[in-house]
Amino acid sequence: MNRAGERLVNGIIKENPTFVLTLGMCPTLAVTTSAINGLGMGLTTMVVLALSNVFISLLRHVIPDKVRIPAFIVIIASFVTVAQLLLQGFIPFLYDALGIYIPLIVVNCIILGRAEAYAYKNPVIPSLFDGIGMGLGFSVALTCIGAVRELLGAGEIFGIHVMPESYVPVSIFIMAPGAFFVLAMLTAIQNKVKISGERKGKDMSKIQSGCSSDCMNCEDAGCAHRLYDDRADSRAAQKRKVQEITIEEIKEEDDNG
Amino acid sequence: MVKDLLVILIASSLVNNVVLSQFLGLCPFLGVSKKTNTAAGMGVAVIFVITLASAVAGAIYQYLLVPLDITYLQTIVFILVIAALVQFVEMFLKKFMQPLYQALGVYLPLITTNCAVLGVALTNVQKNYGILAGVVNGFATAVGFTVSIVILAGIREKMAYNDIPESFRGMPIVLVTAGLMAIAFCGFSGLL
Repeated sequence: MNRAGERLVNGIIKENPTFVLTLGMCPTLAVTTSAINGLGMGLTTMVVLALSNVFISLLRHVIPDKVRIPAFIVIIASFVTVAQLLLQGFIPFLYDALGIYIPLIVVNCIILGRAEAYAYKNPVIPSLFDGIGMGLGFSVALTCIGAVRELLGAGEIFGIHVMPESYVPVSIFIMAPGAFFVLAMLTAIQNKVKISGERKGKDMSKIQSGCSSDCMNCEDAGCAHRLYDDRADSRAAQKRKVQEITIEEIKEEDDNG
Repeated sequence: MVKDLLVILIASSLVNNVVLSQFLGLCPFLGVSKKTNTAAGMGVAVIFVITLASAVAGAIYQYLLVPLDITYLQTIVFILVIAALVQFVEMFLKKFMQPLYQALGVYLPLITTNCAVLGVALTNVQKNYGILAGVVNGFATAVGFTVSIVILAGIREKMAYNDIPESFRGMPIVLVTAGLMAIAFCGFSGLL
């Protein structure tokens, strides 16, 4: 159970997908016009992420390395379709508010990234909690950003008026440009933390600007995958070579001993 | 008919700009906008892929998903078709059109799971566009992307020589710039 708890903490705080890894920026900017939209998007993503992690983890010995990306995409897209139909049926107001961004969960870097980095290599239970942790981290982040934008742009949080009557809402914050400004502040704070941490000699390599720093290098984050990975073969061959070498070394040691 | 297409062209490229008002394709927008010529290369690759993808996705929707009554599978079908298409285009260019491959090749893998491509295919279905209108919409969206990424790259080239506060160096200042550009593009909303 410890490992499950560790995964949850990891997802929410240590490797928070939005605040630390800066992944999945498209939905982060687009749906955070209010706290409730952010929360809805975050929870939908969490459900899809947890279920797809479980399934990919279950199938990790079955899926061949070469075609893993299309396999991941099919699994993720199926769960996204299920989530979309459920939202349409039971929470129509959220379905209308999120619109096209629900099917676009498929191409969210976080989900493909977690499938590749964690679920494909780990057992089912930790993968489930990894998905829930990451999803909760994403939900918390989206809700916070949504709340800030709603507070500044409409003087409300979750639709409840909190600002004094004299406050004139800065409506640009719930429009498109506001999203960029809020994210700019967020990344500036991130930079500040990173710089001051590095001055104190702490390891801050985890904090990264995700794809945004350089798209050419974001393959590990899951944004730029090839459907048919022709390098999987050479990687596997390399692995085998390393294993053979170590086995030979062990044998030699045995002989010497 | 022509008038409708013209309206789509202007609406998708300027008024509802794909990056600045819909936030699709942010990854390449922020990542590949350091220099104007790479930004333009990315833009051309995006125009090429999105136009092709909206034609193929539109045809598959019209002639396969609708007759079989399985339109609820659109997300799965579109993403697979687009991802396969991009890689196929890459192979085709590598084999038969070396010069074009040299110009666009590096950008193609970045577009495979780009949300703008899937977003356009889904918007076309949602708005009930036919195949022709869908292709025009895809082309216009991609042109909008190219316009905004080239402008951003131009601004970033100038900005490189400025004295920016330490915490704002890198991404934050680019996002502030993008926000200001978004305000400017809001001005187009009176156009239609």
